Amino acid sequence: MSLKLITAKNLTKSFGDFIAVDNIDLDVKRGEVLGFLGPNGAGKSTTMKMLTGFLEPDKGTIEICDIDLQKNPLKAKEFIGYLPEGAPAYSDMEVSDFLSFVGKMRGIENSKLLKSRLSDMAEQINLKEVWNRPIETLSKGFKRRVGIAQALIHDPDILILDEPTDGLDPNQKYEMRNLIKNISQNKAIVISTHILEEVEAVCSRAIIIADGKILANETPENLVNKFLEGDFVSIITSNIIDKKIINDIKSTLNYKTVKIESHKKNQTQILIKDEKNKLNLNKIMNEIKKYKLDINEAGFLKSNLDDVFRKITQQQ
Amino acid sequence: MNTYFKKTFIIFDRELKGYFRTPLASIFLLVFLALSSGMTFFLGRFFERDQADLTAFFAWHPWLFLILMPAIGMRLWAEERRSGTIELLITLPVTNTQLVVGKFFASWIFTLIALILSMPIWITVNYLGNPDNNVIFISYIGSWLMAGAFLALTSCLSTLTKNQVIAFILSSISGFILVMAGFGLVLSAVRSWAPIWITETIRSMSFLSHFNRIQMGVFDFSTLLFFVSMIVLCLWINIQLVQIKKTD
Repeated sequence: MSLKLITAKNLTKSFGDFIAVDNIDLDVKRGEVLGFLGPNGAGKSTTMKMLTGFLEPDKGTIEICDIDLQKNPLKAKEFIGYLPEGAPAYSDMEVSDFLSFVGKMRGIENSKLLKSRLSDMAEQINLKEVWNRPIETLSKGFKRRVGIAQALIHDPDILILDEPTDGLDPNQKYEMRNLIKNISQNKAIVISTHILEEVEAVCSRAIIIADGKILANETPENLVNKFLEGDFVSIITSNIIDKKIINDIKSTLNYKTVKIESHKKNQTQILIKDEKNKLNLNKIMNEIKKYKLDINEAGFLKSNLDDVFRKITQQQ
Repeated sequence: MNTYFKKTFIIFDRELKGYFRTPLASIFLLVFLALSSGMTFFLGRFFERDQADLTAFFAWHPWLFLILMPAIGMRLWAEERRSGTIELLITLPVTNTQLVVGKFFASWIFTLIALILSMPIWITVNYLGNPDNNVIFISYIGSWLMAGAFLALTSCLSTLTKNQVIAFILSSISGFILVMAGFGLVLSAVRSWAPIWITETIRSMSFLSHFNRIQMGVFDFSTLLFFVSMIVLCLWINIQLVQIKKTD
């Protein structure tokens, strides 16, 4: 079996006139955690639905562990564990019944094996205390965990999780990310998310998608390096500054951008940026001192994935 | 048991147990038994007829099923679509056919349980006289087959909506049309202007005329074929509809 567990080529899907996914290629290797980023309606869920065999692409091919998903869906689906958006589950079933139903449907026929997988899930995903409770009585966090457990019950090679941490509290998010990291070694994992720190925390690669097209496909660090000009300096003063001062500062410092970012109650924020030259905070402060401004705050602002995301998706 | 049937059975098993997970099953069984015996004894004048048969019992079944079968079947697909679990089902390694057939049989077997629970009335009539038990047995089989046709229709229509109430209403109305097609009043209205073959076609589509024959103890191949093909046709459409409506 090749290293690539998911290979998708030229995937296209439209709903009427709306093109949800537009000719995208993607592959995921064993050991990779691929983060799928994009604004709402960008085509993340549609892509995931095609990868899991819920939707048929209009064009393109998908191979799951070297098996053609369209030609041999039953075989290919066996390798996938899937958490759909919102973690749907049969709310009238007890957690244990539900997981054993999915386990059996996923082909765990040996009752001993099923039992041991169930107890693994109870342990690994912390479901013991709700094990015999109907799913409808569970909190959102537990429901999400049940969703993860049903995706993992057959220990699949491929895990596709649509917004796995949505609606979880910070502790639960932390646990979920740890879980994903722990199991990622022997699996190919695809997660979609809105939360960019999550991508930095768990993903080995990120794909940014908007209007059905892939705009970026990089490691999280590369994304920041590639798409942002670097860092910038922010200075907040309690003086009111006119344009002339700004222009003077700009001409002496010789940085590309010096601008007033915002005025708030007796506060002005000045932003200084330059893609090419490294910013020197000392030099900037010396220059600003000449104007006898009251400085409340001064320092570097680090660029992060949020900025990358905004930049890439707003270029569209 | 090969994997294909095994998975169908797992779907069936989950669905059938689902009826008993909520009070729905016991309420339904109670209502069915109360209504069917109520209609037999009061509307059907069981005692006044002074005959040891169950005509008065079975005669009401088409009308009773018109309400009760949509009540059993309305959730089959509407609820999957509403709660989003349809996405879970379809991404499992099963075919839509296995899903549709498994679910349908769960509702059909549930109906069989209801019919079996009505058997004290069979015992009663045997205690009171000497009924033709062959006719009664055939009537039970026919009643179950007719219930199957109603359920397949309901299952099929419940795929069209995420709302169980709408699924119920759609199924009841469609069922009503299929029952009424054999009603004397409708037939004579059609007979007055239409050629005989149209009248016959309408009559042959009717649940009522087929069921009436069964009730008289006539269980021929055409009746069996009618109900079975009705079930197969509805389930076939059901399978196509699941494919079409899954993403809506």
